[in-house]
Amino acid sequence: MANILEIRDLCYAIEGRPILRGVTLDVAEGETVALLGRSGSGKTTLLKMVNRLLHPNGGEIRFEGKSSADWDPIRLRRRMGYVIQDAGLFPHWTVEANVGLVLKLENWPPSDARRRVEMLLDMVGLLPDEFAGRYPRQLSGGQKQRVGIARALAADPPLLLMDEPFAALDPITRFEMQRQFVELRRSFHKAALFVTHDVREALTVGSRIALFQDGALDLVLPPAEFLRAGTPEARAFLASLEPAGGPS
Amino acid sequence: MNSRLASEIFWLSLEHVELVAITIVVAAAIGLPAGVALARRVSIRRWVMSIANLAQTVPSLALFGFLLPLPFLGGIGKRTAIIALCLYALLPILRNTLTGILGVDAAVRESAVAMGMTERQVLWQVELPLAVPSIVAGLRIATVTTIGTATIAAAIGGGGLGVFIFRGIAMVDTPTILAGAVPAAMMALVADEGLEWIERKLSPG
Ligand SMILES: Nc1ncnc2c1ncn2[C@@H]1O[C@H](COP(=O)(O)OP(=O)(O)OP(=O)(O)O)[C@@H](O)[C@H]1O
Ligand SMILES: [Mg+2]
Repeated sequence: MANILEIRDLCYAIEGRPILRGVTLDVAEGETVALLGRSGSGKTTLLKMVNRLLHPNGGEIRFEGKSSADWDPIRLRRRMGYVIQDAGLFPHWTVEANVGLVLKLENWPPSDARRRVEMLLDMVGLLPDEFAGRYPRQLSGGQKQRVGIARALAADPPLLLMDEPFAALDPITRFEMQRQFVELRRSFHKAALFVTHDVREALTVGSRIALFQDGALDLVLPPAEFLRAGTPEARAFLASLEPAGGPS
Repeated sequence: MNSRLASEIFWLSLEHVELVAITIVVAAAIGLPAGVALARRVSIRRWVMSIANLAQTVPSLALFGFLLPLPFLGGIGKRTAIIALCLYALLPILRNTLTGILGVDAAVRESAVAMGMTERQVLWQVELPLAVPSIVAGLRIATVTTIGTATIAAAIGGGGLGVFIFRGIAMVDTPTILAGAVPAAMMALVADEGLEWIERKLSPG
């Protein structure tokens, strides 16, 4: 299967402090790679680099077979749906305008855009009649996140960058969203880089799990093999699946 | 109040409004684009702002005096008065445009870029709308101070309500001074309230 994204030996440092140390990772078409790692391990930094919000100090990223540096950054970004950590919605726009943003940028006819936005809001479990006209400050954290997800899906991009998209959801909604996400991935054949620090979520949504540690990849394995992985960092994460106080 | 005085108050008020309106339009036409341009240029920003701040410290009567002998810019009359008033009105407009744009949450700006907005789209669709309350506040400060400062314009033949005030000072006649001061004060109040209302209306969300 062709790779939609190829990351080669990616390095990034801020004021001489390394944040990413030689990350190499491929994402095949239709595949979800779960980026699992502790807080501060560099997951968001990697997504920003794929989206060209940050520029690497070394290494290369290829998207759809072409080096990221050769892409027009505007075109590149509109082909990636980015669910930003903590949503990053525009405070002066309604939910409808936020979700329809890329559609507007791509000059969709307003009536088509409105229909698409309603469909997406339905999909993420927000009643269009109730939520379309609201402003972000009138939403709960989890509702904002779902608007962020709908916005990323709007223009049907072949690659999704999802930065802890379900972090602010209650466990019931979260489970429902994970299930929908897996279904969506199957039916629409979308590729995704899915950042999470929750092992259970990584095991559910990922076709492979890439474990991050201090800006480097510890290992990349399918869920079934990840469960048997032996590295200390993987064991530390797997231990979080057990009830506190050890297995009974 | 006799009708001659009433009609003089009316016409001088109108002239005053004209002075203020031209000043604010010109100052905004320069200050808004300059503020937007400076928001993107960290290096020259400090220089421009220091110069603008310095210009603000020149006493207004002195500034009118300095402009008088200058060729093209100076001379007795409205034009000189408006140029001087613009120099004062420029700073609050410039500064508030700048702080409004720089005050936009970095995460919101980054998210706009991440969604694939061009630089221009980020400016027009995100930064400027979010900066509107601050920009209108700058216009409000500029308008209210210009209404006051414009009374001094009469000293160099600029006309407006200052005519009463200077005449009243020369004649040591309080009612004549009040004939200029009261309408100017009322004008300032109305402008302040009106622009504050607009500021509230335009606040996003
Ligand atoms: N602008 C910045 N200046 C300095 N250091 C930064 C900056 N942005 C990120 N970092 C550092 O880079 C490292 C990686 O940050 P990153 O946001 O990628 O972590 P993360 O894996 O997404 O964490 P989390 O799960 O908490 O979101 C952290 O140590 C962070 O402190
Ligand atoms: Mg992060």
